[in-house]
Amino acid sequence: MAVKKTNKNNEVHDDSNSRRDFIKKSGLFTALALAPPSLVMASESKWDEKIASYLETVPLSIEINGTKHNLNIEPRTTLLDLLREQLQLTGTKKGCDHGQCGACTVHVNGERILSCLSLATMQQNAQVVTIEGLSKGKKLHPMQEAFIKNDGFQCGYCTPGQIMSGIACIKEGHANNRDEIKEYMSGNICRCGAYHNIVDAIMEVKEGGKLI
Amino acid sequence: MKNFQIIKALTSASAVTNLSKETDAKFIAGGTNLVDLMKKNVTAPDKLVDINTLDLKKIEFLSKKVSIGALAKNTQVAEDKVIKEKFPLLSLALAAGASQQIRNMASVGGNMLQRTRCPYFYNTDMPCNKRVPKSGCGAIGGSNRMHAVFGASESCIAVHPSDMCVALAALDATVFVEGPKGKRKIEFTDFHRLPGNTPEKDNVLDAKELITSVEIPENNFAKNSHYLKIRDRSSYAFALVSVAVGLDLKNNLINDVRLAMGGVAHKPWRLTEAEKFLKGKTVSETTFKQAADLAMKEAKGYGENNFKITLGTNAIIEALTIASSK
Repeated sequence: MAVKKTNKNNEVHDDSNSRRDFIKKSGLFTALALAPPSLVMASESKWDEKIASYLETVPLSIEINGTKHNLNIEPRTTLLDLLREQLQLTGTKKGCDHGQCGACTVHVNGERILSCLSLATMQQNAQVVTIEGLSKGKKLHPMQEAFIKNDGFQCGYCTPGQIMSGIACIKEGHANNRDEIKEYMSGNICRCGAYHNIVDAIMEVKEGGKLI
Repeated sequence: MKNFQIIKALTSASAVTNLSKETDAKFIAGGTNLVDLMKKNVTAPDKLVDINTLDLKKIEFLSKKVSIGALAKNTQVAEDKVIKEKFPLLSLALAAGASQQIRNMASVGGNMLQRTRCPYFYNTDMPCNKRVPKSGCGAIGGSNRMHAVFGASESCIAVHPSDMCVALAALDATVFVEGPKGKRKIEFTDFHRLPGNTPEKDNVLDAKELITSVEIPENNFAKNSHYLKIRDRSSYAFALVSVAVGLDLKNNLINDVRLAMGGVAHKPWRLTEAEKFLKGKTVSETTFKQAADLAMKEAKGYGENNFKITLGTNAIIEALTIASSK
């Protein structure tokens, strides 16, 4: 069991070395004794530490759409992969996976960010809202309704990111006119080219003045 | 992405100590560039030191200067009321960079340390002296439309991608850093370097040093400043060329001026000769044209990017014209 520790240098180890030590001392490396000579050589050249680090996971407490999750994840897991691959919240889309398209936009602690460039382990105790967290039961969020009404999409792949970004755009105070919306929505690419209708949808929600 | 260990640092001193202990460790703040580079296998650290817990997020207005913590988010700085009022050039430059999502994540220190977006640097199948020293430069004689026209070398013609840094170079900022040997400060214009024979080094920061803050002295450029960014689409793209202008005008007389360019060199390119020329002159199209010609005198194209010389000249004139008529 990984425990949070603060040592004399004031470092907090998200994961103490206990898990690594456990792996090193336990079954895996006992098995190495019976393994082919190449693996034993690997062990002698400190590859055991490298293998252990590959298997290392860190604990993560995170709130997603109002539900608390206590998880163990690899440090390299992005928030996007955590949502899609481990929590089956596949509404958030993987477009480019390199921060160029905005399809993976989610809200973290009230701000829109790119989940593909965010390491999940760095979102300790964060409150995340994804497209799945917008509707209240069967009642869609006003922005979702506005996208349907204004035909703010064609293929729909960028839509969850557009909607999350559109809501944030209004909350930030960056939706005062069409030009400002275009500028502050520029991080969300739509290859179908539904931009005009996306701006219409955001304008409608903004002017509708509903609480979002 | 290769897996790695990650620890949180609670003080800047412990962050530096932790990094010093490892041969292949890196600080991580917003991660908007580092995580991408790790996904592309351009860099593959064994350990990350998460510095987001450090108390380096404040923007403090002191007498005659502002101090911006290295962990202040790009959005936080761009939308700060006093920054907008006293240093609008910085706010404009920040708003011209990236997207709101990225600006919400990206820190000031990280913005300074972002790597070039040269496609040869990003593609590990290609030669790149910056990524793998002595492996060659794919951009020289290759696809180099986005590349440098100033200060490039036979090893590297990449450009620094930041907009924020162009404004900070123009505004005489100072960088404060902390490392194993203690604290020191670096003039912003000396922080980034030219590629020379060692393009793997983007700046003069030692490998184990941490940026803690940036200071900008007060100035008289607030009223007549402008950041002009020319890019392939109207938003969310890196600059082909950009120009940061700060003018201190008395009627039509140029009391003082700051000029810097982005998208043209391995570092934010300060146009000191053009500044000297403009000082004491009267605002006019002819004067701006002469200053722009002077600024672009040493520019050298590499084929696909030859257009940047004309574009740069015109961008300087345009930026000066807009700034002077505000």
